[in-house]
Amino acid sequence: MTEARLVVGPFNRVEGDLEVHLDLRDGQVARAQVNAPLYRGFERMLEGRDPRDALTITPRICGICSISQSAAAARALGDAMGLAPTPQGALMAALIHAVENICDHLTHFYLFFMPDFARPAYSARAWHGDVVTRFSALEGSGARRAVAARAQLMHVLGLMAGKWPHTLAIQPGGVTRAPTLSDRVRILGTLAGFRQFLESDLFGTEVEAFAALPTQDAALGWGTGDAGLFFRVAADLDLARMGQGAGRYLSFGAYPLADRPAFAAGLWQDGAVRPLGLEAIREDVSHAWMLGDTLHPARGMTEPDEAMRESAYSWCKAPRLDGLPVECGALARQVIDGHPLAHDLAAQGGGVLARVGARLLEIARLQVLMEELARAIRPEEAFMVQGKLPDQAQGVGLVEAARGALGHWLRIEKGRIAGYQIIAPTTWNFSPRDGDGVPGPLEAALVGAVVAPGEDTPLSVQHIVRSFDPCMVCTVH
Amino acid sequence: MNLLWLQASGCGGCTMSLLCAQNPDLFGTLSAAGIKVLWHPAFSAASGAEVRALLDDVRAGVVALDVLCIEGAIARGPRGTGRYQILTGTGRSMLDWVRDLAPRARHVVAVGTCAAYGGVTTAGDNPSDAVGVQYEGAHPGGLLAADFRDPTGLPVINVAGCPTHPGWVLDTLVMLAGGVLAARGLDGYARPRFYADHLVHHGCPKNEFYEYKASARDLSDQGCMMEHLGCIGTQAVGDCNIRPWNGAGSCTKGGYPCISCTAPEFENPRHPFTQTPKVAGIPVGLPTDMPKAWFMALASLSKAATPERIARNAVADRVEVPPTLRKPRP
Repeated sequence: MTEARLVVGPFNRVEGDLEVHLDLRDGQVARAQVNAPLYRGFERMLEGRDPRDALTITPRICGICSISQSAAAARALGDAMGLAPTPQGALMAALIHAVENICDHLTHFYLFFMPDFARPAYSARAWHGDVVTRFSALEGSGARRAVAARAQLMHVLGLMAGKWPHTLAIQPGGVTRAPTLSDRVRILGTLAGFRQFLESDLFGTEVEAFAALPTQDAALGWGTGDAGLFFRVAADLDLARMGQGAGRYLSFGAYPLADRPAFAAGLWQDGAVRPLGLEAIREDVSHAWMLGDTLHPARGMTEPDEAMRESAYSWCKAPRLDGLPVECGALARQVIDGHPLAHDLAAQGGGVLARVGARLLEIARLQVLMEELARAIRPEEAFMVQGKLPDQAQGVGLVEAARGALGHWLRIEKGRIAGYQIIAPTTWNFSPRDGDGVPGPLEAALVGAVVAPGEDTPLSVQHIVRSFDPCMVCTVH
Repeated sequence: MNLLWLQASGCGGCTMSLLCAQNPDLFGTLSAAGIKVLWHPAFSAASGAEVRALLDDVRAGVVALDVLCIEGAIARGPRGTGRYQILTGTGRSMLDWVRDLAPRARHVVAVGTCAAYGGVTTAGDNPSDAVGVQYEGAHPGGLLAADFRDPTGLPVINVAGCPTHPGWVLDTLVMLAGGVLAARGLDGYARPRFYADHLVHHGCPKNEFYEYKASARDLSDQGCMMEHLGCIGTQAVGDCNIRPWNGAGSCTKGGYPCISCTAPEFENPRHPFTQTPKVAGIPVGLPTDMPKAWFMALASLSKAATPERIARNAVADRVEVPPTLRKPRP
């Protein structure tokens, strides 16, 4: 038996700072510890401020999930005010949010995840040359095409949200800018351009055909586009078995429209969708450099442990649902929404292939959704309704960021923010151990990862970590 | 020219914004200007040990560094240790790394308002005791002393903005690569004057409403947002309404106020961001380079002269009264 320890960092091509500590035994990861090494204290910054300031401050938690943060803040404020956006306001907010999320998926696939397969370590593989051409960091033709397509799609945000990131366009009652008929035409034109990129580069054929894939085997047989290249790599390296999850998934429901979210909310456990019991959420701080008790976020607090005690190892709290860790993200969302491909990917282990495959699936489904939303814009209707802030209230804002379930819990006293707690998607996925010693989803998924002799920054660990598309700056708000 | 980019205590949004560069785009601009990226945390292949080796080489002077870009503020807490942000894998704080690497660089660029002045990372009571690279809020002297100069005599260049505009970053880098950015090209807060000599007010689509002080009451109204909704575009530097964002956007085009995100201490305005502070019903903080009495006199005159079209459109979320048809002279 051989044993060793590794510290992996700086961990790039993830959003923010991440360090992974690994205990190795016989060429495999025996134990992993995930450290989020940054503390900024956003929840503390908000205390005492006018509640509306949350709309300006919280998006700046994260430059990649900025609109998700602003949507969650708007929902939390709206909840506290007893105010819902107008149906068309909700539709525009959903469209704006969907643009951010699909761009995040694209950035992840082309810039963060795939470049690892262009490394010289894989030069003997049949697909290596193709991956180098398309995905080399800073150079790959696919990466450059994707960045251009992304920048072009962001014109929808320039038009309707002023800029990206850090817009104030999403408000509790709707959106600040009412689209005109000409805006609707321009949005649809931009979306048509993005569809062209998806069909020429990413999928190699109609978006709908990809969205209709029924099984993991069918996906692995997908031969066209950059998606096809990924599935070739995935089949060859058996990415389905790498980094498997516990099969417990959470989604708060994505893109709330007038009657229902476009992608359903729920908890997936033991192979079935269950209702979400939000009261059962607790944030454990036993292994976080935080003081205080295990609390529900509505009563939670953020008190950093300046002494950085030895028994803790991360600035990230450990959220648990009914005492258990849960995984969130595109795979979770698509499983809970009942997509057959996602069900099969989860049933076959929910590993690296499943997470990345589900993200590609969601890109295809989001393109269709964005087009439906844009066609449903009715410029003659109202896009915002005004409300009044109460002196005393509580509010919850639950949305789905690209990376999964994002919640804001707000408490207003004497017209000011008295408490603000945020649980971000990567807080769930990259949580440290809890008081029972139960590891977070990534920590668990890393166990068993194969480490080749001499590797100091193991490739399998990189694939698994990046398959979650972590956003560390959100995690450690 | 080579470039090393570090993400300190921030949201990463300035990098995300940079990826939105178009005409010219990010990667094309860098290669055309001969700028080689030694390492960037979001784009580069190298991870872990490879990066640690590179950082050590730069620190030791083995690899010469032309431009050090810092995105995000520098955390000094807890208790002055800087351990609120460890540069992962190295066991050392970002504070220590920036302090070591900055003197090695030919130029230091603070990308975004956090790196420049502290920004939103220092909002409220500044929980992580963060600071800008060469400023603490509006005060010179941050992590680096006020008299810090790079080997060419430039201070830390503050490409402030929250996020910063991709064009501001790329223009700055290309100017540095071409050796044409001089100290006189920076304003009093060390921001490049090519964008800081403009005000957000310049080219604002609400200019006609401003002329008549036809004000928006609510955030979805079309009128000028200065009187009620906290807009300080008349004082904020930036060519945001001249050089569009994401195709055709800007904050005021998006229907929400300019919060002067290019300025030091914008994060703590001492009033709600979207509400104009007033004394006896009169907004405080009127344009700084105009006598207040004149402003008030002009404002009351123009308010009285407001055409019906402008008055009604100002408080509507869409054009309710179109311009009068102008008939050619017979």
